[in-house]
Amino acid sequence: MSDRNPYLPSPVKIIGLRQETDCEFTLTVAAERAITPGQFFQVSLPRIGEAPISVSNCGPDWIQFTIRAVGRLTNAVQGLRPGDNLFIRGPYGTGFPVDRFRQQRLVIVAGGSGVAPVRPLIDRVVRGELPVKSLDLIVGFKNRSSILFSDDLAAWKEKSRLVLTIDKPEEGWNGATGLVTEHIKKMQFDSFDDLQVVVVGPPVMMKFATAEFRLLKVPSERIWVSFERLMSCGLGKCGHCKIDYTYVCVDGPVLNYSHAAGLID
Amino acid sequence: MSESFRLSAEQFAQLFEQLSTAYLLAGPKRIAGAGRFSGTDLVRYAFLKSADELELHEKSWFSPKELVFPPDETLFYFNGQQFTEATLPDDHEIIVFLRPCDINGIDRLDRMFIENAGVVDPYYKRRRERLHYFMIECRESFENCFCVSMQANSTSDYEVALRFEENSVLVEVCGQKFVDLFARAGEKSEFKPEFVSENPIRVELPTEETMPPEIYNDKFWDEYDSRCIACGRCNTSCVTCSCFTTTDLFYGDSRQCGERRRVWDGCHLDGFCDMAGGHTFRKNKGERMRFKTFHKIYDFRKRFGVDMCVGCGRCDDVCPEYISFSNCINKLSAKLKGGL
Repeated sequence: MSDRNPYLPSPVKIIGLRQETDCEFTLTVAAERAITPGQFFQVSLPRIGEAPISVSNCGPDWIQFTIRAVGRLTNAVQGLRPGDNLFIRGPYGTGFPVDRFRQQRLVIVAGGSGVAPVRPLIDRVVRGELPVKSLDLIVGFKNRSSILFSDDLAAWKEKSRLVLTIDKPEEGWNGATGLVTEHIKKMQFDSFDDLQVVVVGPPVMMKFATAEFRLLKVPSERIWVSFERLMSCGLGKCGHCKIDYTYVCVDGPVLNYSHAAGLID
Repeated sequence: MSESFRLSAEQFAQLFEQLSTAYLLAGPKRIAGAGRFSGTDLVRYAFLKSADELELHEKSWFSPKELVFPPDETLFYFNGQQFTEATLPDDHEIIVFLRPCDINGIDRLDRMFIENAGVVDPYYKRRRERLHYFMIECRESFENCFCVSMQANSTSDYEVALRFEENSVLVEVCGQKFVDLFARAGEKSEFKPEFVSENPIRVELPTEETMPPEIYNDKFWDEYDSRCIACGRCNTSCVTCSCFTTTDLFYGDSRQCGERRRVWDGCHLDGFCDMAGGHTFRKNKGERMRFKTFHKIYDFRKRFGVDMCVGCGRCDDVCPEYISFSNCINKLSAKLKGGL
């Protein structure tokens, strides 16, 4: 049975650890997998448990996961160091429709830990692997100390119109403030022909951010979102991530907004 | 092609014994004193030692789904960081005595575990492949049944169909596997099974291809906020409920050794949608009732072309708060018809 057993995870060695914030960290593991930006893995530790974690970047022989220590598994993973094993199976789900983004005006809005799943997408654009006409980034965090991927942000700024915003003004912060929606409001679109919009973040943020784009008359078909749900399998079996007839693990997590807008949990 | 036979009760009992040497036989069994109230019995699926253990006069509390999808099942054992897949304790084939609704119910499980997303669940499949259906003819409804409305009252998916009469058993045998055994045991007959064609309880299914968004938040669901106590009995008794969660455990004597199991979960239970960090969906019981109802009679059909619910009525049998699922479906349809 083991050749085809889709529940069986593989051990992968941790080769890098970067503390992003007080409670968030990025692990790099040595593994070769064909990954589309936006996909996720079922990550586990034997005797602790398993959880779905987005790929926060990847290369030919490495994968990164950016993890917030908020649960049983993620707290245990926080104790791991380079040289330790992590257990993964995947990648799962549909990623971003990368080919449809080629030579388009790409707008990416991401909030908090929602920046992790779009990071491989942004990285492809920034490295020139995914040529686009323009890249607008609106990246929001709660406050200064919760900013993720600070090293990448500088590189992103060179290749995009980047708005890095924190929710409320803070002493010593000279950048943008306010929720991402306030910065979406300032955008103007003459036409939507070659526009593609990506919105990823906490449920409330996605709800209001997509609503802002709809107010700007952006057609639903040109908006893409990524959902986060509890999952026990990643295979369309356990039922936890079902919304209506959609299984987020196999039909998503990246969904076109024309589909996602009609999904009520 | 099928052949039919008549066996006396004694001949059937002997045949049962004979089958027991090559197969495990499972069916509804009365377990004395194990019922919900003192002095009452429990009828549930169990392995049977003899034909007289087969309970034919009462609906089973639980469905036969445990044979393919047990309440908990070990997926792997851990020894440090080594994983060993759990094997089945034996490879016996199983003859299961079950009614048409339950055969249709297991068909719905097949769609989830074998068909959905093109992924075959190997733990389900290896149990499913062991089953041989011996269908108990069902010509009359039990309490709360509405299989006819759900078009799950009949099936042709069985190897043997049986009608139990006072002193004899009539059987139709399809396929070659069991023909010789029955031919040797009894005499030829013209028996063809009949199926219940009317239930006292009928449901009218909503015909909407897409549910109007207003119905999701309609006050109609609020009744269940206070009535449902999230015990999950409707989920556990349902033959088609297939949700599970995985959980790891380690052994007391060695924290390095343990196992990953999957255990039944249910959309009515607290915690079903909880994500790490505290976010959750469907906090209210009414929302859970809406989610389950739509899954059973609306959105499963959109994905698989057939309704999930088979109308066995077990959810109504077991609900400690006397919530009636058939009433809920009818109220929903009336609501949708009457305009929101």
